[in-house]
Formats: sequence, structure tokens, C-alpha cells
Amino acid sequence: MVRPRSGRIPSELRNAGLIGVLVILAVIGGATKPGEFLNLGNLVVILTQASVIGVVTVGMTFVIVGGGIDLSVGAIVALSTVWATTVATQSFGVVGIVFTALVVGLVCGIVNGAFIAYGKVVAFIMTIAMLASARGLAIQISGGTTQTVRPANQALVNLGYSDHYLFGVVPPLVLMFAVVVAVGWIALNRTTFGRRTFAVGGNPEAARLAGLNVRAHTLVLYALSGLCCGIAGIMLIILTGSGTSANGNLYELDAIAAVIIGGTLLSGGRGTLVGSVLGVLVFTTINDIFTLNNLSTATQQLAKGVIIVIAVLVQKLLASRTPTTPR
Amino acid sequence: MKGKGSPMSATRRGFLVGGGAILGAGALAACTSNSEPTAASTNAGPGVNADNAKPGKHVTIGFAGPQADHGWLSGINAQAKAEAARYKDVTFVVAEGSNEASAQAGQIQTLINQKVDVLVILPADGKQMTPSGQKAMDAGIPVVNLDRVFDTTSAYRTWIGGDNYRMGFNAATFIGQRLGGKGSVLELAGIDNLELTQQRSKGFDDGLKTFPGLKKAGRAAAEFTVQTGQARMSELLQAHPTFDALWNHDDDQGVGALQAIRQAGRKGFLMVGGAGSKAAMQAIKADDSVLKATVLYPATMAASAVRVARLIAQNKTMGDLDETSVPSSITLFSAVVTKANVDRYLPTAFD
Repeated sequence: MVRPRSGRIPSELRNAGLIGVLVILAVIGGATKPGEFLNLGNLVVILTQASVIGVVTVGMTFVIVGGGIDLSVGAIVALSTVWATTVATQSFGVVGIVFTALVVGLVCGIVNGAFIAYGKVVAFIMTIAMLASARGLAIQISGGTTQTVRPANQALVNLGYSDHYLFGVVPPLVLMFAVVVAVGWIALNRTTFGRRTFAVGGNPEAARLAGLNVRAHTLVLYALSGLCCGIAGIMLIILTGSGTSANGNLYELDAIAAVIIGGTLLSGGRGTLVGSVLGVLVFTTINDIFTLNNLSTATQQLAKGVIIVIAVLVQKLLASRTPTTPR
Repeated sequence: MKGKGSPMSATRRGFLVGGGAILGAGALAACTSNSEPTAASTNAGPGVNADNAKPGKHVTIGFAGPQADHGWLSGINAQAKAEAARYKDVTFVVAEGSNEASAQAGQIQTLINQKVDVLVILPADGKQMTPSGQKAMDAGIPVVNLDRVFDTTSAYRTWIGGDNYRMGFNAATFIGQRLGGKGSVLELAGIDNLELTQQRSKGFDDGLKTFPGLKKAGRAAAEFTVQTGQARMSELLQAHPTFDALWNHDDDQGVGALQAIRQAGRKGFLMVGGAGSKAAMQAIKADDSVLKATVLYPATMAASAVRVARLIAQNKTMGDLDETSVPSSITLFSAVVTKANVDRYLPTAFD
């Protein structure tokens, strides 16, 4: 059987490389905009922006480590925000909004997982189909309009305001992100479920022969990703005070990019959650620095592409300097 | 379906969880309704020429627009349908909206084959859809080109649409007047690679230039969505601890921008929106936020297009103009909606 921990030393080095990239970004940000970049307010802005896509990325990490891919995350986020903010749902109050967002995400994930694991539909195709239909349903329900949270449910939106920060500094959204990451990290690294995920992703046939129920496990991974999308949907409703079918646009690419530069193998079987989170932080920090410096969107995208390549090259360089040869 | 030899309990549990969730979803399906208990208000058309409103020759108007995935576009569809329903002498045929040029070309062909009397087209892309407009015109069907303009004159009978350049210009003029010609200004633009965004920004810059004391301190481009509006605005606020005014190109992304402003607890500046959504106008009317005005890009243009199409098909002229035929180009005014005049514009705002 494949030892899940075999890639451990290189993955820690990868993370060190990403922390290096973050430090370089912080130096650039601090040098170009010392007053605006290096303060607590800006840290809160970066972490808040990272929190929504960060939660989606946690689910994506599980799916990719387990040997799959989920292209439907952005559409599921959009559908959960729309379904949770309809007039009918909102009449059930904050509880109705939260419950609806979670169940919509979870059910979409279960549908993905059921067809992939038991219907033998290729993950790429199944989740593209979900992407199209979930986004379509979101447009259908909302009629393309932005559904704002009604005054009766303002308590939910208030969680995003600075007077609701914990101890005056920690935004509830960032706390939710931290909890999801902590739970995800424990599940992936300290439980049988996590070890099985590595085994299923590394070699599904070997995992099956070793007695694992690979299909059931695969279904759970997609359900988990869907649930993360539901949580991200709630967070987006708090952040924007509304639900719309345009939410979560291209989240799938952002999440996959963060997972990949975080050092998770796209073929599955190896990866770290910490790397994925660092990947999200790198992208969010780039956005922040570019807007602070008043640079155009076009240069921003160009720089993102360059930084992805640099990050991966730095990781390779660090990995090759160590005597331990990665598997 | 059943796993051979593998532990069944996990599978069964999985199905139970799945089944339960699907049942939950069934209950949730009742929650997709967005209908308000209040009756929908009909668009009371101001300025209808009494003679033109009288029933005339029966005409069939075909309508092809993009998919309504944005508040303004869904406003366009609603306005067109409501206007057509007001006339007993109009049969209204709507093609399902599409954002893809090839799909829309097929829908327009279908409308041509149905031999409608006149076509109203809001193209997914003006340049790409020009051949479709040309085909209709060649088949003897007059085309009313809505908003995104066709490439060649022969592809449409009349163009009617908004004025992106003037939208920016009027926003800058309003801000300049309110600030007394002095201060620093931020701009939150829409999708940067769209021509309309470039025109709006050009108009805004040109408008600011007429006030030597106004300086544009910063600009960021969101993507016409609430989410990107919130993100770019929170970063802009971080970059500019003080400024005097902000112009946001689009009221949909403005919902997010206003959230970011509230989240940061920022006050003491003037915000002007764009397009004219109902939420923005209600906020202007309530006067309880930094949003004090919005520059129109009126979705009522769809109602006007239907009205003009009917006149063309019935071979009538436009009232209040001393012309024997309907004009070939109608550019709508980008009015600035403030608390003083909001009641006039609120009934025509899009959701």
C-alpha cells in the first residue's frame, strides 16, 4: 500500500517556497505603498477577500487529492446564494438562508459524486454539466437580478461590519475560514478518512484491493466540496448583502490554481491543505497590491500568470536542492 | 449498482444521507419563488402621443435579446414585454435570450422565417450580429437596433440606445458641481476590455478636465458583479484613506461597493452610481448612505424600441417631431437621478 506521508518533506519545502513568495509580495507592497499596505486594516481586507474562495479551495483540495476534479464550484456557489436569498427563503429568516445555502451546496455535491462514483461519468464531464445546469438554474430563479437581503434578515449581513469583529479585530468571515481550514486539516492529516483520501487518489485499484470502498469515498469527497460551496455561499451573502447568479464567476479556475501552486498533484494522491491556503493568500495579496498601486486589470492578469510560473519554479528549485528525492 | 464484496454499510449510509438531502431539496424547491405579494405595477407610459396610441394596423414584432444574467438586461426584457402588452394591435414574439452570437443568429433567422413585420434586436455583440440584421433588412423586415450598434448602416432601419460617453461626462459634471470644483475623485469601472467601459471612462475623464480643481486619485475595474464590486471597492478604500467623491459605473456592482463602504465604516464622501437600478434609487431616496445620485443608462430604451418598431411597421410618424418618417438614430439622455427628481425615475428602474 502507498504510504501517504511519503511526499511530506518536499511538500513542506513547497510551503516554504510559497511563504517566500508571500514575503516577497509583502516587501513589494510595503515598498510601493508603505502607509496603505502595512497595516491591520489591509490585512483584514486581504484575509476577508481570501476567506470565501479559501473555503471553496479547501473542498477542492480534498477532491483533487482524492484523484478527482470539480469544475462546478463557482456555479454551485452562485446557485446557493441565489436560492438562499429568494423572497420565499428569506421569509424563514436567517436560519432559512443558512440552511438553504448549505443544503443546495451539499445536494449539488452529492449529485456530482453519485454520477461520478456510481454512474461512472468522468469527473471532468460531470462537473462541467453541473457547472452549466447550476448556473442556468441560478439565472432562472433570480431572473438575472441581484437579490438583496431584506431588512428583516440584516443581522446576517451585519456580521460583515467592523463593529461585529471579534475582539474588535477578527472578522467573523475570517474566523469561519479558519475553522473550515482547521477542520479540513485535521480530517486530511489526522484521521483514517484523510489517509483513505490519499490512498484513493494515489492508486484507486490498490485502495480497492486493500478493502476500501472507493466509490462511497469518492461520493463523500464531492459532497464535501459541495458543502464547502454552500458555506462559501453564506459567506458571500454576508460579504455582499445579496445573492446573484453572477457570483463565484471563475471560482473553479482560482481554486484549482491555488491548489496546484500549493503543491497538490493534479493526478491525486499527494498534496497539502496548508499549501492550498497559501496559494489563495498569494493570489489575494497580488490583487490587493495591484489595486493599491492603481494598476490596470490587464497588467494584473499578466502578473498573476508570471507569478504562477515563478512560484512553481521556486518550488522545483528548492525540492531539487534537498537530498530526499521526491517519489 | 451494488458493490461486490466491499463493505455495504458505508454505501448504504451514503445513500441514506443522499436520499435525505434530496428530500430536503424537494422541500426547498418551494423556496425558489421570488414573487412579491404586491401586484406588479404596469409601466405607465409618459408622453404617449394620443394619435399614435390609437389602435392601427395589426403588426407582429419579433424581439431577440441576450440572456438576462444581469439586472439591467433583465430590465430590458421586462420593459419590452410590458410595452408590447399595452397595445391591442401588437403580437409580440420573443426569442429566448442568448449571449452567444451563433445561437442568436439562429433565433433571428427563425423570426425572419416567421415573417414578423418588424424586428427589435439587442445583439449579443454588435459587430458579430451585423450579418443577421442585414439578412432581416434584405428580407424586407425593418430592424430596430437596440443599444449595441451594428457595423453597417444597411443592417438596421433605426438605432436606439444609451450614451456611455455622456454617462461618464454627466457623472463628472455632477460631482464637480457638488464639490464646488475642488477635490479628489475615485472611479470604480466595469469590465475593462468592453468598449462601453472605455467610453464611460473617457467621458468621465473629459468631464473631470472641465474642473481644474478636480483630481482623479484612483481607479479600479470590477466585473459588473456584486462580488467584484465589493472586492475592488474594499481595496480602493484601503488605498485611499481620504477622498471626496466616487463614481461607480454600474448599480449592480454598486450593491457590493456599498457593502464594502459600510463594512469599512467609511463616510464623508459623495458616491454616484450608474445605470439606475431600483435598489440604487431607493437608497438615493432614503438618503441614508453615501450614494447621492446615479447616472441613467435607461432600460426603458427597450420599451421605446418596441414603440418605435410599432410605428415603423404601421408606417406612422413620431409625435412631437415634424418629420414624415421615424428618425434613423435616437440617443437617450444620461440623466442624473438625485433625491430631488428620484420619484420621476423610480417607476422605470430595473430590479
